[in-house]
Amino acid sequence: MQTIKVDESRRGFLKKSSAIAALCLTPPIFLKAISFSKIIPLPIAKEKLQLEINGKPYDLEVDARTSLLDMLREQLGLTGTKKGCDMGQCGACIVHVNGKVVNSCLSLAIDNNGNKITTIEGLANGDQLHPIQEAFIKHDAMQCGYCTPGQIMSAVACIREGQANTRENIKDFMEGNICRCGSYQNIIDAIIEVKKSGKIV
Amino acid sequence: MSDLNKFFKMDADDDRADGFEKVTGRAKYTAEHQIPNLAYGLFVCSTIAKGSIKNLDDSLALKANGVLDVISFKNCPNIPGYNSITADGKKNNFEWRGLKVLNDNKVWFFGQPIALVIADSFENATDAVKLVKADYEKEDFETDFNKARSDESKLKSAGTYKRGNDKAYKTAPVFIEAEYTTPIEVHNPMEMHASIAVWDGDDKLTLYDKTQGPKSTQSTIARTFGLPEKNVRVITEYVGGAFGSGLRSWPHVPAACIAAKKLNRPVKVLLTRPQMFSLVGYRPQSWQKIGVGADGSGKLIGISHTAISNTSGYEDYREGIVDVSRFLYACENVDTDYKILPLDLSTPTWMRGPGEVTGCYALECALDELSYKLKIDPVELRIKNYTDINPENKMPWSGKNLKECYEAGKEKIGWKNRSAIPGKLKENGMLVGYGMGGGVFGAGKGNATVKAILKADGNLILQSAVSDMGPGTTTAMAKVAAEAMQMPIAKIKFMLGDSDLPPGPTQGGSATTSTLGSAVHLVCESLKQNLKESVIQNIPSFKNYTTSDLDVKNENIFSTKENNISISIAELMKAVGKNSIEITKESAGNYGQPRKYTSNSFSVHFVKVHVHPKTGAIQLQHVVTTGDAGKIISENTARSQMLGGVVGGIGMALKEELKIDHKTGEIMNASFGTYHLPLHTDIPLIDVWFVNKPDPYINEIGAKGVGEIALIGFAAAVANAIFNATGKRVRDLPITAEKLGFNKA
Repeated sequence: MQTIKVDESRRGFLKKSSAIAALCLTPPIFLKAISFSKIIPLPIAKEKLQLEINGKPYDLEVDARTSLLDMLREQLGLTGTKKGCDMGQCGACIVHVNGKVVNSCLSLAIDNNGNKITTIEGLANGDQLHPIQEAFIKHDAMQCGYCTPGQIMSAVACIREGQANTRENIKDFMEGNICRCGSYQNIIDAIIEVKKSGKIV
Repeated sequence: MSDLNKFFKMDADDDRADGFEKVTGRAKYTAEHQIPNLAYGLFVCSTIAKGSIKNLDDSLALKANGVLDVISFKNCPNIPGYNSITADGKKNNFEWRGLKVLNDNKVWFFGQPIALVIADSFENATDAVKLVKADYEKEDFETDFNKARSDESKLKSAGTYKRGNDKAYKTAPVFIEAEYTTPIEVHNPMEMHASIAVWDGDDKLTLYDKTQGPKSTQSTIARTFGLPEKNVRVITEYVGGAFGSGLRSWPHVPAACIAAKKLNRPVKVLLTRPQMFSLVGYRPQSWQKIGVGADGSGKLIGISHTAISNTSGYEDYREGIVDVSRFLYACENVDTDYKILPLDLSTPTWMRGPGEVTGCYALECALDELSYKLKIDPVELRIKNYTDINPENKMPWSGKNLKECYEAGKEKIGWKNRSAIPGKLKENGMLVGYGMGGGVFGAGKGNATVKAILKADGNLILQSAVSDMGPGTTTAMAKVAAEAMQMPIAKIKFMLGDSDLPPGPTQGGSATTSTLGSAVHLVCESLKQNLKESVIQNIPSFKNYTTSDLDVKNENIFSTKENNISISIAELMKAVGKNSIEITKESAGNYGQPRKYTSNSFSVHFVKVHVHPKTGAIQLQHVVTTGDAGKIISENTARSQMLGGVVGGIGMALKEELKIDHKTGEIMNASFGTYHLPLHTDIPLIDVWFVNKPDPYINEIGAKGVGEIALIGFAAAVANAIFNATGKRVRDLPITAEKLGFNKA
């Protein structure tokens, strides 16, 4: 939220309430700048952030509005994590935060201080692919490849969390990962194979 | 008995060539290129459906953090391609087609880009977009297809056709007539469209763009900005799906070029997911009426097919909706009539199986309806009207093995279990239905140029300026080359995604494998010939041989007559002092050439469905999809395309529908939360089968396309299975429990 506008209309009231919500997040120094008679763009705070991504420590300054996804892609060049909707509806941006699946487009970067993030880039060991990555290639569980990193990060979690016991079980777990090319059947086949192999994921 | 072994099992030697890059996140899609000093451009979109902008206030946005510029009709530079008259007063033959974004104050549809905000970060641009305000002069508008289509004066003819007697179906002993409607569907590839424009001085441009045709985009942008083609380089390394949305350059592409030039700084224009619903095309809404009549034995007497689909208010878009009815079945009397209806929406475009998908849905449902009236099995009805001669152009098909598809599909789905009387079969308390539907799409071969670079270490690099939206071009082309060169596929790399490479075709119309594969085959044959000639000229032990005595295999050139006359490619290169051999070949297309044969790919889809007798919940149980597309080059990737067609067809049949608020013209469900795509849980067991017989006439490699036929006809198979299960015929997609008469309040 960057602007404030207040008048007596209902719309104005709505804006005021969201503005107040924004004020709670705004450092006190900026509060003085607010006039209730006109719109004023506010300066944007950058915040310090320390976190670990794929085993590597990062010491960053991040725009308070930046999503974890945009920080990875735009600021750090880690573009393996994909933006498919920016609304938490497609699963292309899924990463692991402290071992749990998170839609990185819905997580503010600055809320990840001290967190351990794993992205698709951190799954393979050099050129030695993770078993799920190998299975995705073997079963041709991709076409355009854009949803693939998100599907793989979910698939790893699916097995780790013990949700890969039946085909239906896996489908339910993977429901939040959309594949518009329609590689769903091959994705499930790949997950089942890794699960059956008993390989450590 | 068909060969069910052809239901493909995964072949370990057939891995997708770019699989490693895709599973590791290393594949770079358009918006992911790291460009120094990059600025971010986002569109401000109109909040009215039609009219003009009276005043655009960008003053606050310009003061906002990090905002570099706001470009609108108020300050948009003159774009040569936007003018209908050239500088020397002649008609501009290369005038920009479609919406001239940022050019004037006209509004043609709700959500039209009216300004581009450029800022130093995505966040600053996102916030500043909200600060641009527009005042409008509103005009009356119409977005309601079903309301507007009844007004004949609004319709534009898009072609009629007649052979034999008009409306002959009505004279047949048995006939049906029915109306079918389909909603707007949106491509929605997972990667959102984006363009990054980087100018080098005033007249050189590098454009990173999500396009299905780097050469076509290069040409469009060069003409639009008045540049020589060679000064525009288009880079498209990976395309995250497109399904047709990347077949033309949409407004964000020139917008990025305009902004980057005005700011003298690289600019990335990104579309948001809601904007993906209106700014990169969609499958138009349609209404169709079909009449089909037959004699008592099922022989067709007449087909009449009438269709209307929508276009925009500023551009005509038409597609082959009624074409299929003219040639898919033997029938003497056929008439078709197609009209388009301008609405105040953005322009539709080709979406996977354009036209045929909509037309085959209606035709294949109509045949199913007729089969019940005739009391003939629907597959039997189709076989009765099977023809090897195309009834429209009277030419024989270069390859048609549809009957094998029928047999294989029937056997695998368990067609013998189907009840001829609908609503009679139950399984675990669920109503069970079986249905089928067929698809067809044109096959041809276009122009393509491929460069081959054979290295002394035996590695072969092939290059062409194409892009791949997911079908697996690099995989299929490497397979064509491996077969031609008789060498391991692991040593072959196909490079694409750069307009600086030799000119290749746009990926569309199921023609890439045929077009590009023919060029790969040709350049490999030339390479072999070159190697043979080179050994004869340069290697003494070969000097008495002719090229016909020699062959090339596993990186050796050898005599087919004597065992011990052989030399490796590496030894030959060393002997002649070369590091590599480079050959470029152009393969000529056959579109528009006089031909003795007509060519199509065909598909037949079989569906088994469960419908809950109390709730009407529809659950697909099993799908068997069969294709007759000539020789299958890459089994894995072709199979995946067929699976994708089924998934797209499930969306079309049961889920997808764009909804518009006709009071405002605004799209009501522009997100994945509200526009329902098929998900993991929607997908039943799918079996894929190909005839896999080379088409002897289509091209050098015998392969036709599968991209479109994978989807065409599938929605009809679902609709027909649901009728078989319930006895209820829904003729309006998507089919829901409510439309089946369940869950009504």
